[in-house]
Amino acid sequence: MSDAAAHAIEHHTSTGIDSRKVAIWTLIGSECLFFASLISMYLVYKGKSLVGPLPHAESQCMLHGHMQACEQIFEIPLVTFGTAVLLFSSFFVVLALYGAQKGDRKMLIRWLSMTVLCGLFFIGMQVYEFQHFYHKGLGYSTNLFGSTFYTLTGFHGSHVTVGVIWLSTLLVLAIRGKLPAEKSLNLEIAALYWHFVDVVWIVIFPVVYLMR
Amino acid sequence: MATSVIDRAPAAHAPEYTGIMSWIKTVDHKRIGILYGSTAFLFFLIGGIEALFMRIQLMKPDNTFVSAETFNALFTMHGTTMIFLGIMPLSAMFFNYFIPLQIGARDVAFPRLNAFSYWVFLLGGLFINFSWLINAAPNAGWFGYANLTERPYSPGLNTDFWVLGLQILGIASVAAAINFFVTIVNLRAPGMKMLRMPMFVWMSFITQILLLLAFPVITIALVFLMMDRHFGTAFFLPDGGGDPIMWQHLFWIFGHPEVYILILPAFGIVSEVLPVFSRKPLFGYTAMVFSGAFIAFLGFGVWSHHMFSTGMGPFADSFFALSTMLIAVPTGVKIFNWIGTLWGGSLQMKTPLYFAVGMVAMFIVGGLSGVMHASPPADLQQTDSYFVVAHFHYVLFGGSIFGLSAGAYYWFPKMFGRMLSEKLGKLHFWLMFLGFNITFFPMHFLGLNGMPRRVYTYPAELNFGFWNQVQTWGSLLLGVSFLVFIYNMWKTSRRPADAPADPWRGATLEWAIPSPPQEFNFADVPPVNSSTPLWDLRRASGGQLPEPQRVSGAGIHMPRPSIWPLVTAFGVLGVLGSILFTHAFHYWFLITLVGVATLFYGVYRWAFEPAF
Amino acid sequence: MDAHAPAHAGEEAHSHPKPATYLKVAVILFVLTALEVLLFEAGRGGLGASVRPIFEPIVIEVLLVLSAAKFALVAMFYMHLKQDPKLLSNLFVFPLLLAATIIGTLIILMSYWRVVGAK
Repeated sequence: MSDAAAHAIEHHTSTGIDSRKVAIWTLIGSECLFFASLISMYLVYKGKSLVGPLPHAESQCMLHGHMQACEQIFEIPLVTFGTAVLLFSSFFVVLALYGAQKGDRKMLIRWLSMTVLCGLFFIGMQVYEFQHFYHKGLGYSTNLFGSTFYTLTGFHGSHVTVGVIWLSTLLVLAIRGKLPAEKSLNLEIAALYWHFVDVVWIVIFPVVYLMR
Repeated sequence: MATSVIDRAPAAHAPEYTGIMSWIKTVDHKRIGILYGSTAFLFFLIGGIEALFMRIQLMKPDNTFVSAETFNALFTMHGTTMIFLGIMPLSAMFFNYFIPLQIGARDVAFPRLNAFSYWVFLLGGLFINFSWLINAAPNAGWFGYANLTERPYSPGLNTDFWVLGLQILGIASVAAAINFFVTIVNLRAPGMKMLRMPMFVWMSFITQILLLLAFPVITIALVFLMMDRHFGTAFFLPDGGGDPIMWQHLFWIFGHPEVYILILPAFGIVSEVLPVFSRKPLFGYTAMVFSGAFIAFLGFGVWSHHMFSTGMGPFADSFFALSTMLIAVPTGVKIFNWIGTLWGGSLQMKTPLYFAVGMVAMFIVGGLSGVMHASPPADLQQTDSYFVVAHFHYVLFGGSIFGLSAGAYYWFPKMFGRMLSEKLGKLHFWLMFLGFNITFFPMHFLGLNGMPRRVYTYPAELNFGFWNQVQTWGSLLLGVSFLVFIYNMWKTSRRPADAPADPWRGATLEWAIPSPPQEFNFADVPPVNSSTPLWDLRRASGGQLPEPQRVSGAGIHMPRPSIWPLVTAFGVLGVLGSILFTHAFHYWFLITLVGVATLFYGVYRWAFEPAF
Repeated sequence: MDAHAPAHAGEEAHSHPKPATYLKVAVILFVLTALEVLLFEAGRGGLGASVRPIFEPIVIEVLLVLSAAKFALVAMFYMHLKQDPKLLSNLFVFPLLLAATIIGTLIILMSYWRVVGAK
């Protein structure tokens, strides 16, 4: 069998879509069920915490052993800003991919760096938020709200972290000139994962922070 | 870019790698299939021994062969082993070996990911069974109901082995499912449209979709339980506001699709074997595809039929009763189509056919008891009794194991180049058929007479002794049947590898290449214009096909072997296994860090080595 | 292996949106997010006691619609599903529908239908 023919078999796909792209979408589909289970738990246990602190202001909750007024623990402005940062990071990675596909190395590096920075900022915001809550008395095992909140947002945060590591690796490759247009699919796949992470936050933000 | 020459000479048998390193670094789907199969068969035998110990204990009233605690571990490990370390990886053996061959591909879409799945499975299986050695085997049932599995009621390491072991195994399953899904979608030979794929590939395809959608749910359930046990949360603890029923919901949202994961591959095998051994096309190919898809889809809407006794209320009970009864319809379609396939066919009375027909018959019995469970009032009597044990053994053993056995006898010549003995095969079948029915049919009676599940003994006055004794003798007969099978394989291994490419006059592409296949599978893929390409070829060439010759593989570049899947698998084990130590060792997270580092190192080396 | 001729050729045939389109999407996403927060504030009285009764009953429904719109925009434009083959959209939509059904069913089962010792 000729080398060319053998080569052709290697790259031909029944759908015309690269197998790695189909694979990342398959993974994304599976991950939907993952986050669905986490969100279900959050919603089923919403309002069922035996003690405070509670997410939004309530007239009364059990805090430090006695019933008292419960203030809102969520810092909406901070989280809104983080949400906007994450949304814009999706925009930036699309620009980076556009640059990669056109072979525009400067555009690729600039916007990919911005994406990574946004991701790091978002993680920083979450770390700050978790610390802040902890100081207000919301530990992981304090109540159902703490347990479900930290698990859900923690899993999301770890997905963001994996995404940042992945994108940073590609950024290093890009800086070294090893991400030419022919290899732009590598970035496209990482970008799809990144967008998914953003999309999960698009659901978490209103469901957790804005619904009372 | 290396082009590795694979087959140096027309040798008598294919694998020209030698040495254990070639097996450790393999990314060849056929070798990985053999690894899955041999490992799974060993775990299956272990699960069988666990069952035999239970049967000996239950042989007579007030027996003292094993203690109650040991019995708890036996039924827990028997279930967990048979499901996750037996049936699923035995199916994986066939997915691995035959999906690429049946669609005319050179390998799966991601060969290293394939190897990774196997290594994670092996490490997970060893992890969970290691618990036996330190007398801490999981003992709270294969379904781990909270809050029995919570720390106050299960303070030891037993449940931790179970929780962490299943998470490890889940990673193997999901990785493999992505791989096979993409392979089937993307690597089919020219002309092989989806509705021309072999039924085994279709059922396997639907199984991969179920795996992808169901395993995340149990993973999260296990994470919640793990957090409860190790980090003080109360997801399933009423004292902290949690609800143990949520465990049941999350578990069964996974658990019900899981049983379709266990049976669909066997359905697929039967749909391959019956046409070949009736010399007739499968009756109602399209209906078979859609009924399989419908069963899978509907399988996500029935889970609470496992929870009829938890007081969900009449609306929920009715909804799930109806959806469960509805699932009997597409299943019935399949049964009738199988009968329609056999009807009027030229039956070749060979071992694969025996097991396939046995599967259909036994599955009907299991399906009937299943439909009986679908009625909540009836189920309130049957649940947690031996009636349920009868039901699921009829569908899992009578269904999956008989089906997988049919596959074993059908595909053994292709995999190993030798024909298994027909005489010993038929003896295996009859001993297994008799032993199976003697063991499990009386359980219907015992269940309706009130014998509960998961009891280590019973008093004589309840009159359960007679049937229990019968069942124990039946299980010993079952054990003997497996010895016959093992003897058959051993005896066959000593014969020369002289099996033809197509000993059964098969219809599908795997029979077009030598037995066993060369590493690159196909030199040229036959044309595919229907779901029975090889029968078409036979018809076109006047009934006879030439024996395919072994050819040089020069110019075909195959995926390069790699050690990184194994290294990454160890990383997974390290991360999850470290949680065992949270109560034992103050700096347990150092083990986690080592696991994470290994994981990252393995992934980076994997990502940056050339695939070919 | 890499995005060689067959796969990449298929994609080049579809038109890629320009950066200007992506910017428009980004702005819309930002505006929708701002609306979500304003709705939240209106519903809890942060924008005045007079507006609260108008918005409080519809907060959840409108939030779901707004977030669904954001979700669709990111999926269709940033994730390129609008221009890509339908298979990829199906790979996303089917699990999403299943996920939504499971969430909904669990909420119903766990809130209305608890017979024993409802809390």
